[in-house]
Amino acid sequence: MRQFRAVVRKEWADMLRNKLVFYVIIFVPLLMLAIPIVMLIIMRQTPVSAQDLEEMQGMLKNPIFAEMNSVEAIQSVMASNMMVLFLMMPLMVPVTIASYSIVGEKVTRSLEPLLATPITTPRLLLAKGFAAAAPGIAMTWICYALFLAAARILAVSDRVFAVFVDPMWLVAMCVLAPLMTVMAVMVGIIVSSRVSDPRAAEQLGSLILLPLMVLFIGAMAGFIMLNGTTFWISSAIVAGADVALVYLGTALFQRETILTRWK
Amino acid sequence: MIRTEGLCKYFAGNGKEVKAVDGLHLEVRRGEVFGFLGPNGAGKTTTVRMLACLIAPSAGRAWVNGLAVGKANLAIQATVGILTESPGLYERLSARYNLEIFAELYGVKDVKGQVEKYLRLLGLWDRRDAEAGTFSKGMKQKLAIARALLHEPPVLFMDEPTAALDPEAAKTVRDFIETLRGQGRTIFLCTHNLDEAERLCDRIGVFRQRLIAVDTPDALRRQLFGRQTVVSLTPPVLQGAAQAEALAGSVRGLPFVQHVAVLDDDAGGRGGYQLVISLDDPALRNPTIIQLLVAQGAQIRFVNELRHSLEDVYLSLMHNGQPGGAP
Repeated sequence: MRQFRAVVRKEWADMLRNKLVFYVIIFVPLLMLAIPIVMLIIMRQTPVSAQDLEEMQGMLKNPIFAEMNSVEAIQSVMASNMMVLFLMMPLMVPVTIASYSIVGEKVTRSLEPLLATPITTPRLLLAKGFAAAAPGIAMTWICYALFLAAARILAVSDRVFAVFVDPMWLVAMCVLAPLMTVMAVMVGIIVSSRVSDPRAAEQLGSLILLPLMVLFIGAMAGFIMLNGTTFWISSAIVAGADVALVYLGTALFQRETILTRWK
Repeated sequence: MIRTEGLCKYFAGNGKEVKAVDGLHLEVRRGEVFGFLGPNGAGKTTTVRMLACLIAPSAGRAWVNGLAVGKANLAIQATVGILTESPGLYERLSARYNLEIFAELYGVKDVKGQVEKYLRLLGLWDRRDAEAGTFSKGMKQKLAIARALLHEPPVLFMDEPTAALDPEAAKTVRDFIETLRGQGRTIFLCTHNLDEAERLCDRIGVFRQRLIAVDTPDALRRQLFGRQTVVSLTPPVLQGAAQAEALAGSVRGLPFVQHVAVLDDDAGGRGGYQLVISLDDPALRNPTIIQLLVAQGAQIRFVNELRHSLEDVYLSLMHNGQPGGAP
């Protein structure tokens, strides 16, 4: 436990002194938080045309929108679609931290002295993974909580607010987000094993956002319905990907592999 | 303290197996400073990595502190310190924080006390809260040495500890290694710096994929070059090369003399000759030689033992392969 704590402390201390990483951890989530809040504000004041309502008909078939008037419906649909952005945080933040944590150590050649200490490889990987994952999950939950606080004030009715605390969002935040974090950490480690520049690692790792962008655009365009089923299916897919990635990442994160094969 | 039996490491490269270390048999004694010499790519770092349980041997066995490599890796890592080729510090963190992290990783009981002890010992206490990235190369190397010693390991692996350091910083590091020797630690020192090896090491091993020779520097000199006495002769008594050859001829007649060479000696522009006499035991035989030369009218300016540099030893071993293969 002492070794685990030492590695996590080191990772966080190093992270806080790395301005680029620090800004990604703080400002990107704040931006992601701002967008749905702005959407709440805009949709509160925007008149709903008949055409808008027609386009949203498919979405309004969802039982959570039942009994809503047009303003409530559009506010809840637009804002909740934007909430998909919250799911980017558990991907972006850990990928950035993991990339800088591991590639950074490769660049400064500090991995070898670390690997020479009597810490087991799984414990080291776990500590580094936790140090990268925890801020991502924490920021996701903090931003979700802040959004709920804002929604409490800005939602035009309790029915709209109820949409944001619907169990489907609890699934997204409590199940899907942590699973995505694991995925992001492992992608960060895998990419780091082949790249010698932290920014290149971060950019490559960010490709992990693509499937989520598909979900986001699909939801905005009305092709994908965001509901409990969508998030459970997404969770199952991500969990499957996690198993494969943990296997691959663990295989790559071995002392000998790191020292002799990592470029 | 460190023992290897047929230690091998092979790497796969371009479809074929590359031998980095091939059948290393070695024994390093407790409290010894052992110099591991070899050219770039000889497999020195690979050997250190195997002994520090960072990579697994492909074949053979090794023991460090009586613990078997491959069977007690964590226990070995807890009792060895390693100074890697590059300091590998966390450059954004302070010197003190760098050490505290490693003290925790090594399970040091009095973290703050040990960190302070080594920061003071290496003259870094006043800069303890400065970021390691702001340090000079010499200071970084000292901090890396402190990191390797925090848990008081009885065995220390040092890979090129003075490489890329300026002479003053290199001297500081070498002086510190001297103090470590006094503490009874076993030090396995990989170096290219032959002068450093000469000054610090009790024994040296010359290595290129396999161990070519291992002994004290003096013993290797004797094995390679024998022992040689140099007699410098003052010019006034000499009529020229012919007389020097005559003196050499009479020395050659002594039964214990193996070889005599005559060289010009123009030290200080005063002219003269040198007789380079190979023999088994200079301390015992020199008086007889000197008596003979004086009796034949030679005026002797100096008598020295010819001491080949470690560089001569190293190059001879690298080119001829075996002690005794050289002239």
